[in-house]
Amino acid sequence: MDAQAGEIVLLSLRVSGVALFFSSLLGIPAGVLLGLNRFPGKRLAVILIYTGMGFPPVVIGLLVYFLLSQRSPLAGLPFLPDLFTPEAMILAQIILAFPLVAGFTMTAIQAVDPALRLQVMALGATRAQAALSILREARNGVIAAIVAGFGGIISEVGAVMMVGGNIAGRTRVLTTAIVLETRQGNFEAALSLSLILLGMAFVVNALLFILQDRWQND
Amino acid sequence: MDILYRVEGLQQIYQNRTVLDVPELDIYRGEILAVVGPSGAGKSTLLRLLAFLESPARGQILFENYPFTPLTAEMPLSLRRRVTMVFQRPVLLHDSVRANVMYGLRLRGERDHHSRVEQALREVGMDRMAHVRARTLSGGEIQRTALARAIVLQPEVLLLDEPTANLDPYNVRLIEDLIQRLNRQYGMTLVIVTHNVFQARRLAHRTALLLDGKLIEVRDTHTFFESPGDARTRAFIHGEWVC
Repeated sequence: MDAQAGEIVLLSLRVSGVALFFSSLLGIPAGVLLGLNRFPGKRLAVILIYTGMGFPPVVIGLLVYFLLSQRSPLAGLPFLPDLFTPEAMILAQIILAFPLVAGFTMTAIQAVDPALRLQVMALGATRAQAALSILREARNGVIAAIVAGFGGIISEVGAVMMVGGNIAGRTRVLTTAIVLETRQGNFEAALSLSLILLGMAFVVNALLFILQDRWQND
Repeated sequence: MDILYRVEGLQQIYQNRTVLDVPELDIYRGEILAVVGPSGAGKSTLLRLLAFLESPARGQILFENYPFTPLTAEMPLSLRRRVTMVFQRPVLLHDSVRANVMYGLRLRGERDHHSRVEQALREVGMDRMAHVRARTLSGGEIQRTALARAIVLQPEVLLLDEPTANLDPYNVRLIEDLIQRLNRQYGMTLVIVTHNVFQARRLAHRTALLLDGKLIEVRDTHTFFESPGDARTRAFIHGEWVC
């Protein structure tokens, strides 16, 4: 069980870490774009983001399942991962975390004094430099957006169960393993895995908080 | 005199309302031009247009013969960076005073800026507060820091929007002295928006009156105050209600 648990922890870290990285890579620029600009369709985009923030993970699991299944019109495309692989789980978690990161980043950007953008432009900033300056001002909110994204995926079970299949040694992560152990009546094992999951969440959030705190006092 | 800005048929319209209408205005290199007028007269709008921060609805601004028109998406960065503006309500970055003053230099990729930053801080009397967090500053200190982050860039044109509004007499004197020094020592062109006619009289070579978005008259400061050509100017400088 110990070796298995180690594998499960490592896979959980890998799946959630990679998913958080890509959802931040996509979500932060999307949040900046939505927070700073007006464009046709922005309202619809914001409504979609808000909807995505509360989307049931199991529905996202179902959508990704169809997308990656043989019935999908996109089936066979080289960049799409196979079902029941860690990559499929990562894709589902990116879709889950993206609206959280984008939505909270947008809110953080909108909380920065709107006059600042014009004032940094008056000091000679290009549009990109102005956007980066505002992002820097909103850094605490952006960290909170990443925390929210991490919280959304580390605790998630429905989507990864559907697209990963909870295959031992291949796609079994902490949350799916906890469900399995509980169903089998192995409460001690389930409780141990839960404590590891809580510890992981605590360590990652503590690191993000330290980063936030350092920036706040920077 | 050498014309730096030539304003021709300039209009700015917000939500179908004409907020600025300047048929003609020249701004000369090396002068201090004061733009006076009551609140809502379009003074700040004129400054934002001169800083190329928003495009005009009609007409054009020629900056050294380079046109800024309604069709100009953005002025070339090299021209835009020759002009700097200090706003009436400056917003500083959540950082130290020194970092705020360095900001514009960093944007330009200038690394060897220590002495320039120190000098700019000294000019505004903020050198002892260089390490202080911007969010802890008073109104006067924020205004002086904003001025320092503008003058450190050594712009050719400095646009000041109510630079001494709500400041105590000490800070007003300090900023007015600096304005005159920048003009005399460095030949900087300054356009100062103020509702304080006494300040315009103290500082400016020429003074312009804006009323309800319209340029009423622009003259050398002595003539503007002693024998204005328009009854509305006379009324304004005597503190009467004009519209």
